Amino acid sequence: LPGKCLSQPQSKNVMYICPFTGAVSGTLTVTDYKLYFKSLEREPPFVLDINLGAISRLDTIGMQIGDNDMGMEIVCKDMRSPRFAFKREEHPKMEIFETLTKHAFPLSNDLLLFAFLYKEKFPVDGWKVYDPVAEWGGGLPNESWTISRINSSYEVCDTYPSLLVVPTSIKDDELKRVAAFRAKHRIPVLSWIHPESQATIVRCGQPLVGPSDRRCKEDERFLQTILDANAQSHKLSIFDARQGSVADTNKAKDGGYESESFYPNVELNFLEIPNIHVMRESLRKVKEAVYPSIDEAHWLSAIDSTHWLEYIRLLLAGAVRIADKLESGKTSVVVHCSDGWDRTAQLSSLAMLMLDGYYRTLRGFQVLLEKEWLSFGHRFAARVGHGDENHANSERSPLFVQFVDCVWQMLRQFPSAFEFNELFLITILDHLYSCLFGTFLYNSEQERVSKVCLPSKTVSLWSYINSQAEDFTNPFYVNYENHVLYPVASLRHLEFWVSYYVRWNPRMRPQMPVHQNLKELLILRTELQRKVEELQRDVSSLRSITSTPDHGPSPSHTSTPLYTTV
Amino acid sequence: MFSLGSNGGKYTKPSFVSYVNPEKGNDALQEKNPVFLPGEVVFCSASPVLKCTHDDLLEGSIMGTLFCTNFRISFVSDQVLLEDVVQPFRNRLYGENDIPLTCVDQIYGDYDEKRKLITNTQMKNKHPNGIIVHCKDLRVFQFSLKLAKEEAAKKIFQGIVRHSLEPKSLRCIFAFSYCENIAGAPETQNKPRTLMFENIVDWMEEMKRTKGNCKLLEINKDFTISQKLPQFFFIPTNVLEKDLAAYQGKGVPIWCWSHHSGCALFKTASLPLVQEESFLRAQKLYMERMLNAVAHNYLYAVKAVDLSETLPSIQDIQQSYSRFKQNFLIDNIGEFWISDMKWFSTLETTRWLSIIRQCLHKAVEVVEYLEKENTNILLIEDGGTDLSCVISSLVQLMLDPHYRTLTGFQSLVQKEWVVGGHNFLERCNHLNNKDKESPVFLLFLECVWQLLQQHSLAFQFSETYLTVLSDSISVAIFSTFIFSSPYQRVSSMKTESQTHGSLLNIPSVWDWSLQFDCKSQEFLFNPLYREKSKQEKTRNKNQRPKPIRQLSLPNATPPKKYFFKEETESLRKMLRGTRISRWMHLSDSAQASVWEFYNAWQQKPLDYHGLLLPDLDGPAIRLWMQRYLRWIPEVQIFGGGDITLVNKITSLSQELEELRMELEQQVRQADPRCKSTETVNKSTIRMSCFFPFASCRSGSFKPAIPTSHCDGEMDMGHLAEREDEDTELTDNSVIRGCAD
Repeated sequence: LPGKCLSQPQSKNVMYICPFTGAVSGTLTVTDYKLYFKSLEREPPFVLDINLGAISRLDTIGMQIGDNDMGMEIVCKDMRSPRFAFKREEHPKMEIFETLTKHAFPLSNDLLLFAFLYKEKFPVDGWKVYDPVAEWGGGLPNESWTISRINSSYEVCDTYPSLLVVPTSIKDDELKRVAAFRAKHRIPVLSWIHPESQATIVRCGQPLVGPSDRRCKEDERFLQTILDANAQSHKLSIFDARQGSVADTNKAKDGGYESESFYPNVELNFLEIPNIHVMRESLRKVKEAVYPSIDEAHWLSAIDSTHWLEYIRLLLAGAVRIADKLESGKTSVVVHCSDGWDRTAQLSSLAMLMLDGYYRTLRGFQVLLEKEWLSFGHRFAARVGHGDENHANSERSPLFVQFVDCVWQMLRQFPSAFEFNELFLITILDHLYSCLFGTFLYNSEQERVSKVCLPSKTVSLWSYINSQAEDFTNPFYVNYENHVLYPVASLRHLEFWVSYYVRWNPRMRPQMPVHQNLKELLILRTELQRKVEELQRDVSSLRSITSTPDHGPSPSHTSTPLYTTV
Repeated sequence: MFSLGSNGGKYTKPSFVSYVNPEKGNDALQEKNPVFLPGEVVFCSASPVLKCTHDDLLEGSIMGTLFCTNFRISFVSDQVLLEDVVQPFRNRLYGENDIPLTCVDQIYGDYDEKRKLITNTQMKNKHPNGIIVHCKDLRVFQFSLKLAKEEAAKKIFQGIVRHSLEPKSLRCIFAFSYCENIAGAPETQNKPRTLMFENIVDWMEEMKRTKGNCKLLEINKDFTISQKLPQFFFIPTNVLEKDLAAYQGKGVPIWCWSHHSGCALFKTASLPLVQEESFLRAQKLYMERMLNAVAHNYLYAVKAVDLSETLPSIQDIQQSYSRFKQNFLIDNIGEFWISDMKWFSTLETTRWLSIIRQCLHKAVEVVEYLEKENTNILLIEDGGTDLSCVISSLVQLMLDPHYRTLTGFQSLVQKEWVVGGHNFLERCNHLNNKDKESPVFLLFLECVWQLLQQHSLAFQFSETYLTVLSDSISVAIFSTFIFSSPYQRVSSMKTESQTHGSLLNIPSVWDWSLQFDCKSQEFLFNPLYREKSKQEKTRNKNQRPKPIRQLSLPNATPPKKYFFKEETESLRKMLRGTRISRWMHLSDSAQASVWEFYNAWQQKPLDYHGLLLPDLDGPAIRLWMQRYLRWIPEVQIFGGGDITLVNKITSLSQELEELRMELEQQVRQADPRCKSTETVNKSTIRMSCFFPFASCRSGSFKPAIPTSHCDGEMDMGHLAEREDEDTELTDNSVIRGCAD
């Protein structure tokens, strides 16, 4: 890769203790982007590579293979923990371990993230995918909503984007007072507007009600204005993602939720979704259940005990409720959790995916992420811990992974409603960790744009993706237009995403229905299309059929796991 | 391509219905009658009855009349339902409000808000306010009898209980009344046809096709040797005729299928259990002779696989399935969402998926012996007609692509199950004698479904075909599923024909035109099926099939020729105990060996017309969603499911077909892109993922929203609370902290 350098001579005679096929000896190479292990012992040569960005923790372990052996465990964020063994006399100082530590955690070692060194040129510029003004397009401003530049220098809210869509009738000083009343100054702003009913999805942080039931006239008027902007309904629905009990505890600690007695015509619903720590713990259990091996006899109960799919179900169910409220109830919706950057982002973007076919296209989904996640300040750096060695940091949590899993569930349930495919989702997740592209780095637009000037220093993930869009396109895509999709939020329909979470296990790969079937179907389709094209050519030249084209080569069983090629 | 044998238009008109109405003076009855089948007789009826729906998304209940006939329980609505969506897939024999009597699984009575399971002996005096019927095809009906007259309600309740739950005789099965009233089923000679294996010709054809080399026996033509064995069957050439009758046909290796290498698959019933030393010795010698004979079939290698010892028992299968099916018989939304919480664990505790995995695993083991080591296999099982049918059919399905075509599959079921003597009558409990019930054939279909969903391009028939076939088991009209053995079929048909004075013929399930019209029959085919291309076919003709189909798998141990395999050798030494079969099961290393075999196969390019193995890993064995979830409104994905993929492929194929037609007609071409397939067919958007089963829903609908919440917080309590501890800190730390 351009910008990558070999930072260490290779370490020979390293043993990789493969949990699937047994130990194998070979050469370990570390660059500032990847770790490579190659063994010529097997036919074909055994190769393993890991993005350093995916490394969560590095451990040396005194393995009991022999007194002279040293062990190294690389705990990865992408659901694997490869182990290597070294002969002590051959690697007395374990230099490789030190190099690895340095480059896996550059920020803890005063180094730059690899994204700043990566110099690949792509024909398209992914940083141009999202242009907020263009996205709101001809629809805005309208009589009720306007694009405000009050946050252009991030003064009102440093975790919000510079452009905000707020009600036209709310004045700037009122906005500032609302900001003071909302957690992290995250005022209610427009996320999505229904093209027909004008019902809206509005997101914000929790109101700082506190134990003494503080009120804010401007905030109350603000919500009333949102309600009034939609003539179709006399109600406004607030979806608080938190568990009701937790919201109460928050209230005692200066946070809280909208009281229905102070906000007339408002109905408040708690979606009962647990917090980031619960989710982190759940994914940790998932890893325990799938790596290194699966207990076949207790597979189903093991999945149950992680609660992972249960939380996916909660999220999808919440988003279905929001989408249904807008679509059938024609009612505007306000979504918040505590700060409005984790569960709020999950719910608003999932609901938008259900409501609006645009977000189900390859480009639309990129816009959705840029808008709902990146510009509205999902704390990617904190949640992922890019380049940071503090693996136990309690701010880390796989909320974005969870969201992508929800999208995958929707893709499973509606296999032809999305323009993108599974590889697209997996590629996004791989580069969430890889630190190759600038897209997911830092916590907010302010940090990205005004502090670091990321677009001029790094490459966007969308540059890579859109340069080879073909690979990420779903061949079965049918434009559903603005047809609302309601996924079934029942565990009976939710599936464990084997081709992502268990992709390192070679036994899991070949017959994964999505992956395999899609591949098979794809081949069939190309075959059919080729025939069609041939026939069309024949038709146009009014020639008769000469011969039916022969079948393409059969697909191989041994497919490689889906992961990004860079 | 879509012809299924007999022509779809032929269907006996309901004009010569023998309609008897025992209830005089009920006016409503005269107007609203179900369309009766030939030979169908009404026992009793009640009106008005409310059919309740647990689906609150649709409106309320429907008023109508409930009938009980000798074929079904039928509800006829008073309202003429204005169905805005035409059901594309309709069964000609029974409608969506009909329950064939043999399809009734359980009936619950609603006694003043208390629900009680109705058994045939009790509770017949006091009739309930309503009844809930759980069907074997997993439908659930709720009828309220509150509005009907006391007398009528009592009568219909008793009628339903009597005719669907009480033990009855074979003669009472509806197929007998039905066949008396229809013209003899048209003999179909379309090619390819389903081999019925009821005559020598079919057996010879099968032997010729597999290039086997066994001896055909006609000695049992009149069932003189055994009433359990078929009239005609093949045995190894070395079996002596005098040995055949020694144990009433038990222990005789019956030929199932020959591998292209020459080795073959045989099955047999194990010998009766004896204690006395002399008998035991005789049995031992007898079995040795039989094994020798099997070994002589090819290269003198034989492997005995005892299924009774290594697979779950018939009772285990029944118990597991009873637990399993309860999870899909949903009559209450609240219960549905509560059961959703622990769904995966619940599924696991039923052990049904695990039994499926065990069967597939055993089949792969046998496949390995045949394919890799070219060893003759003898499957041994107590009765020889349950799990040996499952395993032998699965083995053939994996090894021989012929059985993955529709007629091939039907021939396989005829050979191994129907003529093979599976006791459908008792296993399906058609006569309501519960004790021998066990869904063995369904278990086989489940295994086939697993293969189908893993290799969807390799099968000519569809998932819908398997679902419909599983439903057909409990529609007692087909000769296929109502007899306990070929002997019973032949003898009862003879008796019936004599009584009736003419030759009767109960139709086979394979005559799909009885159930579905031509259009519906298309759903039985898999549009993704990859037919063998012309090149492949000619290649096979030009060359010997052997080198093409042979897999060059790593051979750990070369097969020992002209000797017993070691295992069998040691087995011979050990044949001393009270029960021969005890030592015949495979060793524990089988597990590892199967994996090695599977992995080696996996490395090869996939050939849909070659060997096919299932992935047995935890996540790979899945729930047959179409069969089990199709009637539950909460889990219908409208506009989704794999059906959308299939539709896309189908439309592409149609486009292709149109193009071909156009070419043939040599008409002036119109640009085919004008009738582009990219425009969404509006009907597919609201199509259920369980299409063609669940009805389409038109207009707007509300999504199903779970009503229960997860209890995850229970064991994660400390974490759920944790963010608040963090927010409690100073203002500064809130910003830095992990509050969300």
